[in-house]
Amino acid sequence: MIIGLAFVVGAAAIYLPALRRHVKRTAKLVQQTEEQARRELTQALSPTPTGPRVKTKLFWASGTEGPRLAAVTVELPLADDPVLRAKQVLNTLLAGPVDSDLRTLPPDAALLEFYLLPDGTGIADFSEALGTSIPSGIDSEQLAVDSITRTLEANVPQVQRLKILIHGQEVDTLAGHLDLTETFVVNTKPASAPAVKPAKAG
Amino acid sequence: MQIAFLSWGAARRLLALAIPFIACATLSFAERASSSEQPVDASAQGTSASQAAISLPSGQAGMLNVVVLDPAHGGVDYGARGTEGVRESEVVMEFAVQVRRALESQGFQVVQTRLGNEDPTFDERSAVANAQQGAVFVTLHVASTGLPGTARVYVNEDLAVEPDVTRLIPWERAQAPFLSLSRKLGDLVQGQLAQRFKGSPGSEQSAAVRQLRTTAAPAIAVEISSVTVENRNDLDRMAPGVADAIAKGVAAFKPSYVVAGTAGVKP
Repeated sequence: MIIGLAFVVGAAAIYLPALRRHVKRTAKLVQQTEEQARRELTQALSPTPTGPRVKTKLFWASGTEGPRLAAVTVELPLADDPVLRAKQVLNTLLAGPVDSDLRTLPPDAALLEFYLLPDGTGIADFSEALGTSIPSGIDSEQLAVDSITRTLEANVPQVQRLKILIHGQEVDTLAGHLDLTETFVVNTKPASAPAVKPAKAG
Repeated sequence: MQIAFLSWGAARRLLALAIPFIACATLSFAERASSSEQPVDASAQGTSASQAAISLPSGQAGMLNVVVLDPAHGGVDYGARGTEGVRESEVVMEFAVQVRRALESQGFQVVQTRLGNEDPTFDERSAVANAQQGAVFVTLHVASTGLPGTARVYVNEDLAVEPDVTRLIPWERAQAPFLSLSRKLGDLVQGQLAQRFKGSPGSEQSAAVRQLRTTAAPAIAVEISSVTVENRNDLDRMAPGVADAIAKGVAAFKPSYVVAGTAGVKP
């Protein structure tokens, strides 16, 4: 009887700490937001292209009194697939320019998913931070959308129009002003495969 | 002055009644009709000329006489917020007082979408304008960005309208027939603002402004920069100039806006 009791206590002493660690890990996972989970899933599915690096135009704020946006050319190993390509250029756009004052999109915003319909409509699903962290105003909201559409226009010609979703949902406005219920014109030219021009070595 | 806040359902019914008139009003301007008897090309807008025979409710028939003034945001929606505690919803209310006074001094009747700290929906604000005849719509905003001390005028981006069997303008596209008029009004107001506020653009800009899309009238958004000013007085000092610019711009636009069913004036 005493031996049995000692065995149970001993087993409990070994098992309970392990059980506690397991419960803690589980609780931590539950705390993880759905958005984080989606982001991780998206990143896991994202390609890691190893192809040639391509000159890619990204549109950030110009910081001058002239045109509000300026193209910055960077070299990226872009995928041929338009959906993967769109994800790559938008994620790079979200990462921001070297000069953070020229950002057009909030640093904590993330692209959750990108879809391309057969009619050329691209659907970009962003995290809630795109709407909550962006400076409110017609000027700033239009600049953000223009930077997205012009970047897609320059690099993913298959995208003719763009619909922006926030966390999978259609919303009325980006941050109180700009209309997100409609699609934005991206490219009026007929879609064709992107001409991949490898960047010069060196 | 009484302000009518309409429910969504009531607003839609009201617009359905008003739409034939709205379509013809646009045609009247587009074709520079010089007489109420002059036939209009109803097929282009999908309505018949006879449908334009709706009497004007008040004011000077056939001419622009009402300005619907919309101080944006309100209630728990503060709009843009500056680090010094400046709230867009409060600043635009104070600007609206001066804009209203300047418009009334030009002989316009002014209807506001809100007089206090309410927050009507976009559609409720549009419904106030869509219930008027011979009105223009001006929504006031303060930006988070832009060169402080400047002001910009926005009109809605192009809106495609698919003709359908009902031949009515969809509520969601109510601004579409008015875009050319909105651009003209926007250019006139922006020109006035540029004279008063150095660094402001010389002409209106296009943006997908949600508030303008459902408004069936020449409609502009005026956005002041910005809530980021260190001293709120810097914004307040702009109010008289903004008010004067809007009033003079709308007055200059008045001869261009001819409502159908009455004698038109060739600009």
